Amino acid sequence: MASATHGKNLTSSFAPHVRMTDPSTTASEKEAPVRFQISKLDFFYGPKQAIFGVNLKIPANRVTALIGPSGCGKSTFLRTLNRMNEIIRNTRVEGEILLDGQDILQMDVVGLRRRVGMVFQRPNPFPKSIYENVAYGLRINGYKGRLDDLVEHSLRRAALWEEVKDYLKKSAFALSGGQQQRLCIARALAVDPEVLLLDEPCSALDPVTTAKIEELMFQLKDSCTLAIVTHNMQQAARASDFTAFMLDGKLIEHSETSKLFTTPTDPRTEAYITGRFG
Amino acid sequence: MIRLRLLWRKSLNAIMLSLTGVAAFAVVSVLFLILGYLLLHGGKSLSWDFFTKLPKPVGESGGGMANAILGSLKLLLLAAVMGLPVGLLAGVYLAEFGGKTFSFVIRYTTDLLNGVPSIVIGIFAYSLVVLPVKHFSTLAGGVALAMMVIPITVRSTEEFLRAVPGSLREGAMALGASKWKTIATVILPAASGGIMTGMLLALARVAGETAPLLFTAFSNRFWSPGWGQPAASLPVMIYTYAIAPYDDWHRQAWAAGLVLLMLVLLANLGCRLALNRRGSARSA
Repeated sequence: MASATHGKNLTSSFAPHVRMTDPSTTASEKEAPVRFQISKLDFFYGPKQAIFGVNLKIPANRVTALIGPSGCGKSTFLRTLNRMNEIIRNTRVEGEILLDGQDILQMDVVGLRRRVGMVFQRPNPFPKSIYENVAYGLRINGYKGRLDDLVEHSLRRAALWEEVKDYLKKSAFALSGGQQQRLCIARALAVDPEVLLLDEPCSALDPVTTAKIEELMFQLKDSCTLAIVTHNMQQAARASDFTAFMLDGKLIEHSETSKLFTTPTDPRTEAYITGRFG
Repeated sequence: MIRLRLLWRKSLNAIMLSLTGVAAFAVVSVLFLILGYLLLHGGKSLSWDFFTKLPKPVGESGGGMANAILGSLKLLLLAAVMGLPVGLLAGVYLAEFGGKTFSFVIRYTTDLLNGVPSIVIGIFAYSLVVLPVKHFSTLAGGVALAMMVIPITVRSTEEFLRAVPGSLREGAMALGASKWKTIATVILPAASGGIMTGMLLALARVAGETAPLLFTAFSNRFWSPGWGQPAASLPVMIYTYAIAPYDDWHRQAWAAGLVLLMLVLLANLGCRLALNRRGSARSA
């Protein structure tokens, strides 16, 4: 059953994406459907509460950026969206997280993580070949089709194909940091997720590579919903459609990126984005 | 005054540097002294016969230890087949699944088992395998050696698994891999080089054990077909031949020592080469 829906998703991703984002229309003019609806989310590490009553809507086919000072809970928040925090012992989630109207806390975690992919702060390719890295998600999910095509397709989507097409059998560790990070994006894209979570994906990369990843995020919007945690406010301003500002585990402000960075409503947001703290 | 202090600091530095250097040199020279001594005494008696012939009856000179070489290999095979999988899986449990208290108990027990004198392991294997069937056997020797292989394998496997970065675990699980799939397809392959080296060291360690074999595999002056009969092994042969009053036997004991050491060194070298080649093939 699971593999059947999976196969359907894969074929649909091959269809040309007709929905183009017109750069002249802003995000608000085209109302996007909500992909993630988070209500009254609390999160606890043991007795310590890290997230307090967060309500947030993440619109489909848009980039939502989460900004805030270190330790404000933005990474923790992102990791609740594919339930990665469950790996850590003694953690607890309260509230509701709906993905396309379904409660993710009731879902099978394997299926959830296939729909909601993740890219981490530091590139973490597996000690395998480039090809095997991309094919990994397909293999463990029991995909029995032509892997070669999907590997190529995923590498193309991650804008890495041209650079690695002659070295597919080589170790992923032979790639540069930026290439490794794009490989990790290709690896996440291979299972055709609806949502891609990016946890400070550029913090270990140089500016040129960062620009490449941002360009990539822009292209991926057509087929995917993106949520990115970033320390870099310029990055949030450049690459996102919506921005959420978090402080001490609370969501302070959430609006269109252009609005949040020009006319923030909360004085704390203004203080943060003008560099008065954080 | 300041100059004196500086002089003192410099000489202290020189003293400590030479002390550590001498210690390091001593460590290396012990191995080379043993190797040289073995070559000197055993090299002469080492001949083709040593590897192909059975021991001669008392009084006749010549003959070889073909049965002991094969016996040692069979014992090691048994120890590997019985000990390595148990050690590996227990190591995986400790590193990946164990809770706090239970893991502590296992880890502590493993360390204790590692510290049990090998002769005691021999007695235990004797009462476990030899007494019920009332005769010595290769199997009993293999069981004794396996009991020594397990704790070493457990601890080295655990250490190498723990050294695998957590980001790999997260990466695999974020793609929807279950915990077991993550371990089997990412964590274990990432640690495989270290784990295999640890296993090889465990086998090398028990290859030279004499005490646990004295009353399990015992010894044999003839071939030992199958697994149910007493079998000769190199360490026990060295022991028997070294305490015998014949010069020819002493020479053969030296030769056996040399062969045993060479086997261990070769296995070690071979494993390292194989791992290196695989490693470079991966990163080439």
